[in-house]
Amino acid sequence: MSKTSRTSITMPSSANKGAIIEIRAIAQHDMESGFRYTESGKLIPRDIIQVFTCSYNNVEIFKADFFSGIGANPLVIFTTIATETGTLEFKWAGDNGYEAINQARITVS
Amino acid sequence: MNINYPPKMQRRDWLKRIQKIGFIALGSWFSPSLVFAKQEDADEAIKTITGGATIKDGRVTLVIPPLVENGNLVVLNVSVDSPMTADNYVKAIHVVAEGNPYPNIFAAYFSPRSGTANLTTRVRLADSQRVWAIAQMSDGSFWRGSAETLVTLSACTEMV
Repeated sequence: MSKTSRTSITMPSSANKGAIIEIRAIAQHDMESGFRYTESGKLIPRDIIQVFTCSYNNVEIFKADFFSGIGANPLVIFTTIATETGTLEFKWAGDNGYEAINQARITVS
Repeated sequence: MNINYPPKMQRRDWLKRIQKIGFIALGSWFSPSLVFAKQEDADEAIKTITGGATIKDGRVTLVIPPLVENGNLVVLNVSVDSPMTADNYVKAIHVVAEGNPYPNIFAAYFSPRSGTANLTTRVRLADSQRVWAIAQMSDGSFWRGSAETLVTLSACTEMV
């Protein structure tokens, strides 16, 4: 797996103050479990995303630890309360120095 | 008199063959338990999460399809019944599978700003099994819920 890859965020661009918004975050990644063998019988080493974090105006609001049991191209759907206008930053980090960052803006009225 | 022997020999051959098939069948029955984590591993993982604290049943709803065709990508939804206020919220949800080579699937950390303790993701399931979701509340108590599923095509073990 390369050092970084494509990611995508789906969330509303505007919301009323105090509303619960749904965020879908997906990263392109093989999530090699470390339990598979090649045809010649060699174990394929683990290569997964380990941590996903989401911060809202630099305050961490959600974090998830991934293990081998998460499927390829990990998708996370979670919620948060729209508190103020600003930027949400999403960060994925994993094995072999993998890191991906994505941002999304939200206008709260 | 001699006419009777050949059929008897055949019968013995048949019995031997059936015995062989029986051993093969037994072999395939035992090997998965060696490859996959056993229930004890899952219990051990749960114990590590809770630190030995008692876990109460309820409040946690885990939804996975009861019949899965392909264990590589199974949609899993977990939600916890909680007001999610500053003094009463869900701190973390851990999902543990009894039949996977590595029992822990994921851990998600919430805060009162989450609004709801609801999460959807896609997981791998190596076998037909029971999956547990353990929720840690802000008051330190643990609650659990589970779901059972049948997997026809297993993840993890296939060749590349």
